[in-house]
Amino acid sequence: MAIKNKKLNLKDKYQYLTRDMAWEPTYQKKEDIYPDEQFEGIKITDWSQWEDPFRLTMDAYWKYQAEKEKKLYAIFDAFAQNNGHQNITDARYVNALKLFLSGVSPLEYAAFQGYARVGRQFSGAGARVACQLQAIDELRHSQTQQHAMSHYNKHFNGLHDAAHQHDRIWFLSVPKSFFDDARSAGPFEFLTAISFSFEYVLTNLLFVPFMSGAAYNGDMATVTFGFSAQSDEARHMTLGLEVIKFILEQHEDNVPIIQRWIDKWFWRGFRLLSLVGMMMDYMLPNKVMSWAEAWEVYYEQNGGALFKDLERYGIRPPKYQDVANAAKNHVSHQAWGTFYQYSQATNFHTWMPEEEEMTWLSEKYPETFDKYYRARFEHWDKEQKEGRRFYNNTLPQLCQVCQIPVIFTEKDDPSVFSHRQIKHEGERYHFCSDGCCDIFKNEPEKYIQAWLPVHQIYQGNCGGADVATVVEKYYHINLGVDNMEYHGSPDHQRWLDIKGLKPLQSNSEKKTAA
Amino acid sequence: MTIEIKTTSVEPIRNTYSAIARRFGDKPATRYQEASFDIEAKTNFHYRPLWDPKRTLNDPSRTAMQMDDWYAVTDPRQFFYGAYVGNRAKMQEAAESNFGFCDKRNLLTRLPEETQHQLLRLLVPLRHVELGANMNNSKIAGDAIATTVAQMHMFAATDRLGIGQYLSRIALLLDGSTGKALDESKTFWMDDELWQPMRKLVEDMLVIDDWFELTLVQNVLLDGLMYPLIYDRMDAWLGEQGAEDVSLLTEFQRDWFKESLRWTNAMTKTVVGESEGNREQLQIWVTQWEPRAYEALKPIAQATTGLDALDEIRAELSVRLKKVGLESTGVQA
Repeated sequence: MAIKNKKLNLKDKYQYLTRDMAWEPTYQKKEDIYPDEQFEGIKITDWSQWEDPFRLTMDAYWKYQAEKEKKLYAIFDAFAQNNGHQNITDARYVNALKLFLSGVSPLEYAAFQGYARVGRQFSGAGARVACQLQAIDELRHSQTQQHAMSHYNKHFNGLHDAAHQHDRIWFLSVPKSFFDDARSAGPFEFLTAISFSFEYVLTNLLFVPFMSGAAYNGDMATVTFGFSAQSDEARHMTLGLEVIKFILEQHEDNVPIIQRWIDKWFWRGFRLLSLVGMMMDYMLPNKVMSWAEAWEVYYEQNGGALFKDLERYGIRPPKYQDVANAAKNHVSHQAWGTFYQYSQATNFHTWMPEEEEMTWLSEKYPETFDKYYRARFEHWDKEQKEGRRFYNNTLPQLCQVCQIPVIFTEKDDPSVFSHRQIKHEGERYHFCSDGCCDIFKNEPEKYIQAWLPVHQIYQGNCGGADVATVVEKYYHINLGVDNMEYHGSPDHQRWLDIKGLKPLQSNSEKKTAA
Repeated sequence: MTIEIKTTSVEPIRNTYSAIARRFGDKPATRYQEASFDIEAKTNFHYRPLWDPKRTLNDPSRTAMQMDDWYAVTDPRQFFYGAYVGNRAKMQEAAESNFGFCDKRNLLTRLPEETQHQLLRLLVPLRHVELGANMNNSKIAGDAIATTVAQMHMFAATDRLGIGQYLSRIALLLDGSTGKALDESKTFWMDDELWQPMRKLVEDMLVIDDWFELTLVQNVLLDGLMYPLIYDRMDAWLGEQGAEDVSLLTEFQRDWFKESLRWTNAMTKTVVGESEGNREQLQIWVTQWEPRAYEALKPIAQATTGLDALDEIRAELSVRLKKVGLESTGVQA
């Protein structure tokens, strides 16, 4: 070892305060201490090449995070004390929070568990420490979200049992199976899935739209959480990029494995984001930007630049990216149309857009909205106003992989549902797309295990044989209170009371009063 | 005269989330409750882990301990993330001021060469033990069932990383931040006979699979002997060598251990109290591991405080375990 008499620079000092505490074991075999590091086939030749994505010693972490928490909770307190829920744009907005609390917050918790696990698994101590800091950050997010929405839960319906519902409700198996998939994979795939694909590539399309939606709709509690979490998210994104570059630089044999994971997790992420797309286009009374615009900026442009940058490692853009790009003008409408029909089995309200919102949709989707979706939506709106609100009482066919009903259409023909099926060991499996079908073919033994909510209901595993029993007893949804049509619901009524408006029969009358 | 700001009062339609209301009734809940109970996924997991195909995700059978409800284990400190970082921020402020004081007045570099050498040989290598504790607690946080249990171990994991960093900074104070002293100190951990039983114990702990066995061995048995030995007895012994200033730099650890006794005692008590089966299994682990922890610390005690100090601490641990219904062999209290 060279004689040291120079002061350590920041980088080396941080290494002494993290990875240098590790040592080469001699009493136990390395593969017994780190048993999960080999089985995925990823080759790491030299962990010392790991570049710490951020340098945060625990004392600094405690200090900065405590300052952030102090400010955040001061806002939460002020928000509750001043009944901040009365200042949102419209009570329809709260349904975006229901989607968030039941669909996203449980993922933050799952991320905490996943990172705590991989924070133990890697034999590289630098990577372990970075993962552990993300683990505790994710715990933070799951908990501060409970607190941010606690006040809304006291004044609106449908937010009251989110974690219970995450384990059970049919469409919540979409986000749940996504994270279960990542957590049940090996440590390197987990990081490719969550740190890279989810946090780095897609976070601007998932986390950010909800927070921007809060900002645009007067939701001070949630947007303050968003700002407070921003510096955590920046750390997580930096880790995501470091992870992928590190693995790719370690060994050329890693490239095809990583490529397959990028293909898989891009597609799974894209499907998951359909829920965010419909939230942006339909659930925000005050809209931030359209889903198509968000996709163009955050995936086509930013993602495009990223994959250009990764080309030198032999990585190409994700397979079926063209299908995803083409779908940007359709997915939100198709998803909302589905949730509208099945609103008796969701934990949030649905409604048809008001006329000015229809106009906005026509402007934002000039090639698709009027041509394919407006007529149906206007019909449903008319039916509802005439007392015949449409609910679909059959249960849909779910995709074996992403678990979304098979509702999306072919890339080249929006009048034909995209449906794929294959036989595997004598059983037939159904898929929404080639993307999901490919994922199945790569790991059939994994995806045949999927807990498909519709199958489970039919098999009698969800507490009853009819939808009402399943929804009320198994899902813990207060039917007609937490969900179904927004207009005329208790939340709608309450909102009118808050705003000093009389209950109204229809949208047009409501506008006159406002 | 009082001033009275008129506010509109709005009646809530419920006081807390349903899961919290099922446990505690529909009344205003604490932040600890809303952050800590029933937010972890419990059922309907989709895929069996490739790394443990016999079990599901969040499978309660990752430990032999059986609990009707793991949320029965709660934190007497009521730490959720915000409360935790708030508390540690205060502790680190005190530590920072102590380190700053020592640095400014050269309190460590003033010590005789031999004493400085002793710090590198006897105190600083504990940073490696802390890293082991960090890894173990991170594993437990990932495997444990129930947020009330998992989060305590996550906080312990980051605490141990922080303590390892404070110990490392003692060496950085000694060598003027060149890293030379840490390199030297690590050679003791790797090669000095004095540390080998401890290093073997730490490596053996890294292959313990059952997470509750691991928390018992790490957070109750080893810490239960190591922290009083190092940070009380050896601290006093260092004082006798003229190195009482070192106390300033380990204050965090003393405060931390005192606090950690609260949750480790509560956790052990609840799990032992659940069933005779749990108690029997825990007793087997105590019998198996407590002597190992003792043996690992023996050379360090012999080189510093003398074995009597360790024996006394062992008796204290025995009393502590007895209170929760467990017996440890060793010296009579």
